[in-house]
Amino acid sequence: MMRDITIGQYYQTESVLHRLDPRVKITGTFIFIISLFVAKNITSYAVATAFLTAVILLSRIPFSFIVRGMKAVVIILFITVVFNLFLTPGITFVSFWRFKITYEGLKTAGYTAVRLTYLILGSSIMTLTTTPNNLTDGLESLMKPLKVFRIPVHEIAMMMSIALRFIPILMEETDKIMKAQLSRGADFESGGIIKRSRALIPLLVPLFVSAFRRANDLAMAMEARCYHGGEGRTKMKPLVYRSSDFTAYIVLCLYFALVITAQRVGML
Amino acid sequence: MGIVEIDNIAYEYIRRDEEGNVEGIVRAVDGVSLDIKRGEFISILGGNGSGKSTLAKQINAILYPCEGSVYVDGKDTSVEENVWDVRQAAGMIFQNPDNQIIGSIVEEDVGFGPENMGIPTPEIIERVNEALKTLRMYDYRKHSPNRLSGGQKQRVAIAGVVAMHPKCIIMDEPTAMLDPMGRKEVIRAARALNDVEKVTIILITHYMEETIYSDRIIVMDKGKVVMSGDPKEIFSRIDELKRLRLGVPQATELAYELKRRGVRLGSGILSGKELVTQICRSYATM
Repeated sequence: MMRDITIGQYYQTESVLHRLDPRVKITGTFIFIISLFVAKNITSYAVATAFLTAVILLSRIPFSFIVRGMKAVVIILFITVVFNLFLTPGITFVSFWRFKITYEGLKTAGYTAVRLTYLILGSSIMTLTTTPNNLTDGLESLMKPLKVFRIPVHEIAMMMSIALRFIPILMEETDKIMKAQLSRGADFESGGIIKRSRALIPLLVPLFVSAFRRANDLAMAMEARCYHGGEGRTKMKPLVYRSSDFTAYIVLCLYFALVITAQRVGML
Repeated sequence: MGIVEIDNIAYEYIRRDEEGNVEGIVRAVDGVSLDIKRGEFISILGGNGSGKSTLAKQINAILYPCEGSVYVDGKDTSVEENVWDVRQAAGMIFQNPDNQIIGSIVEEDVGFGPENMGIPTPEIIERVNEALKTLRMYDYRKHSPNRLSGGQKQRVAIAGVVAMHPKCIIMDEPTAMLDPMGRKEVIRAARALNDVEKVTIILITHYMEETIYSDRIIVMDKGKVVMSGDPKEIFSRIDELKRLRLGVPQATELAYELKRRGVRLGSGILSGKELVTQICRSYATM
């Protein structure tokens, strides 16, 4: 079971979105997030909703699967809504005991809820349609200009892909160490938070030791295969833009322009 | 001129205490000279701490000798500019299959070496496919390495080295963490590479039955070469091998014991089959 874990939960299927260049998808997600903060009225939100619906339909991922990703953030969503609802000053809508809900509070709470939901849906569409490897490749290529500021872009991307490769291995190892310690009478489940976190020490120490040993081995194996950083390195699967990617860029620009105009001329 | 020439090398591990004072010096490799010819299949045998792994790492320029010199394909490994040429000419396979696979898809991992060498994209794909076919892992090219068996992972690692078109492959206990099936797979792959592709193989191991097909066996103990010769010659010196705590193949040991008790057998029997024919012959002439 632990072997099947993928970070970012890639959903395997055939769709236009899956085939897009990762760079388009990363830029697209950014544009979408910015547009959510530009939008402040119903018309512009309607544009964003239409865009998101279209993207979800294009991705061919079952809606229930996308919503599953929302579960983790429901609490954060709830807290922000409650705070916005009760703590925004303005004209009173209803009041009971010490609390009062204002019209403004109602409005900001509603917008914040929608904004957060869209934000999460939008970015999970990106991770659901892009394999982790593609994602790191895309990031590396997009961050290339940062090399001017001496940011080690290639190294960061390499670290990310190695981390992704080792997550399932370390998971399995955790499982193994946990079983070994349980068989020697370790107790991971009873007691309060302090006792339980202390019980994790015999799990974490061997895990770290083994992770360092693996890192050492891996570094040697990489050097033995002539790895010497990003310089003079070629790619087996270089990212190449196709015509559909340019179309996607145009659609993104149109969308962003539409949100801005909707925000200018729209109502509420 | 051989593919690998080792000229009287020594390597020392220096143990230091917390203040950095020298506590003791371990001479892991001590005065070893070797000349390995092109296309040879060499096995280096030795118990734990015999210096066999340290020796292997010198050939790949991961370690440099403290004394003496190592030449790979005519290039001195201790010269800085030669490092990448040496590592390309002499590929290395390590013990733990998980810790040497870098890519999260089989074909991407095999492509890692050629990518580092700066080979153009179409040729990388060609080399990767060719290497995967040689190691019979082509059907798994789109798989995640996490789901492969140990033997398969090790074959992927070998394919990763083969894709770099090395002249020589050093395998540092490639079977130590595998089950018997996986061990067979890996050894078969190594022999095929040697037979068909004429790649020089240096196999480091402590399983003696893996060495019976090699052209030459070198036995190491305490950093020194103590025996050297073809398998028949080495395996007829059972007493010495036992003193070095090396496990002799079962058939060889049985033949040895039988001979000691008076059965007339030839020396240096390596496989069960050979033993059976020899016993039959010995009784037929009685």
